[in-house]
Amino acid sequence: MTAVADRMGAGVRLGGKTTGRRLRAGMLTVLAVLIGLAGWELVAWWYGPALTASPAQTLRAGVDLARDGTLLEASVASIRRILLGWGLGVVVGAPVGILMGRVSVIRRLLDPYIEFFRFIPPIAFVTLAIVWFGIGEMSKIVLIFYTSVFIVTINTIAGVLAIGESKLRAAASLGASRRQVLHAVVLPATVPHIVTGARLAMGNSFLTIVSAEIVSADTGIGALIWQSRNYGRVDWIFVGIIVLGVLGFTCDRLIRILAARLLRRYGVKM
Amino acid sequence: MSDLDELSADSAARAGESGITFRDVGIGFDGFQAVSDINLDIEDGEFVCLLGPSGCGKSTLLMALAGFLAPNRGSVRLGGADVAGPSPECGVVFQSSDALFDWLTVRQNVAFGPRMRGLPRARQREIVDEYLGLVGLRHTADRYPGQLSGGMRQRVQIARVLANKPGVVLMDEPFGALDAQTRQVMQRELDRIWRTHRCTVVFVTHDIDEAILLADRVLVMTAGPSARIKSGYPVDLPRPRQEGSAAFVDLRHRLREDIAEEVRASLRAQGADVEGVTP
Repeated sequence: MTAVADRMGAGVRLGGKTTGRRLRAGMLTVLAVLIGLAGWELVAWWYGPALTASPAQTLRAGVDLARDGTLLEASVASIRRILLGWGLGVVVGAPVGILMGRVSVIRRLLDPYIEFFRFIPPIAFVTLAIVWFGIGEMSKIVLIFYTSVFIVTINTIAGVLAIGESKLRAAASLGASRRQVLHAVVLPATVPHIVTGARLAMGNSFLTIVSAEIVSADTGIGALIWQSRNYGRVDWIFVGIIVLGVLGFTCDRLIRILAARLLRRYGVKM
Repeated sequence: MSDLDELSADSAARAGESGITFRDVGIGFDGFQAVSDINLDIEDGEFVCLLGPSGCGKSTLLMALAGFLAPNRGSVRLGGADVAGPSPECGVVFQSSDALFDWLTVRQNVAFGPRMRGLPRARQREIVDEYLGLVGLRHTADRYPGQLSGGMRQRVQIARVLANKPGVVLMDEPFGALDAQTRQVMQRELDRIWRTHRCTVVFVTHDIDEAILLADRVLVMTAGPSARIKSGYPVDLPRPRQEGSAAFVDLRHRLREDIAEEVRASLRAQGADVEGVTP
């Protein structure tokens, strides 16, 4: 009886400790956000509504935009473009990275292009993308693809080069052909690096969506921000920025949770 | 090579006629000659230990035999054919359990070879059960390597290699990273497994007792660079061997003297004052 009570007591103490620590961490986050909001309020008050929108004004504008459906429509349009372009970037970038990491001829052939284009920002291609792919969805998806694919490729190559020699040798001496080594060893061993590449690419996609929607997009968060300029609605711009940040944060969290759930046996730690 | 040559080499390989042969083998890279003038014959079913100070090129020899390194002189032949690259006929147990596939369960690791050969699932399962039983790991079949102890991971490596039914098993200090107690258990286990399987084993180690415990023949290598095989000691003791027996102790003494000479030579080459130092 006493032993059980003791154990329960220990359990409660232990539980209390971890809960307390978590509570403190949560409070720090809340505190940081509150300080940020206060600073924002102060700046907005100092410079006035022509240049800034206060948190309250932004919230009000956000509610208005949400009520008439603009916000949801814009978010869905942007997320759709991001997911398509980013998904294509991962699906193309990972195999290309694996081939580049394993076959030195392919690496030599593609390396100059990767090393060249990864320094050219997508905004430089906005006009060309519209000329080449039209004013519809395609040009935006291509730009998001462009901003995703190199970073996935480069991370995947790093992952392939980091595979322990003994794993590759073991596979070969167990009878795996070069091709079998590729999908039975190289691909699974590279998964953590591909996931990191995909996360970075997701960040890039959010950076790029605003430039992708500069011209000729009738909806999307980037389009909302650009169109607000024409109406002189600083508060709408603030709403667009906040929504972008929240969506980006949510997407990254989702990737992390999904990767940790589904890919844990490949050594993905998030 | 003509078709006929290829055919005969192939059938010789299948029959496993002539064991392992090194002829005037030298292996080097980047202007550094790791081993040279290696002449060595290993019979089918023989258990040979390569013993020598660290850095003497024991592992280099093994890697050439496994087909991971090409010698720059001489020839390495296995079962009557030149070693041209890694082959499932010649399995390798690595020192580090990094060689295991961490994303596969123990069962899937052991099934890797049969799966690559395209054996039917049911057959794969039979083979895996057999070899996991042999190394005493049936109960951990569905765990991942990261959840096992160092000794258990090396058992998985051994089972994975044997599941491929190779004629030759190469072991590169497989127990070198284990604690002393586990190492002893693993040596006894390997001795037992080898007595039931009788494949050719080439085993690299720097542990003298381990070599005497396991080998039919112990080969001592000189200190590198340009290491050679210095001497060979047949071990004619009944298995399982007792470390305390007079013959064991006598052989240990002779091997220790032989190797100490090499260690002194290698230290002297590095500029150390080793006069009067006895191990």
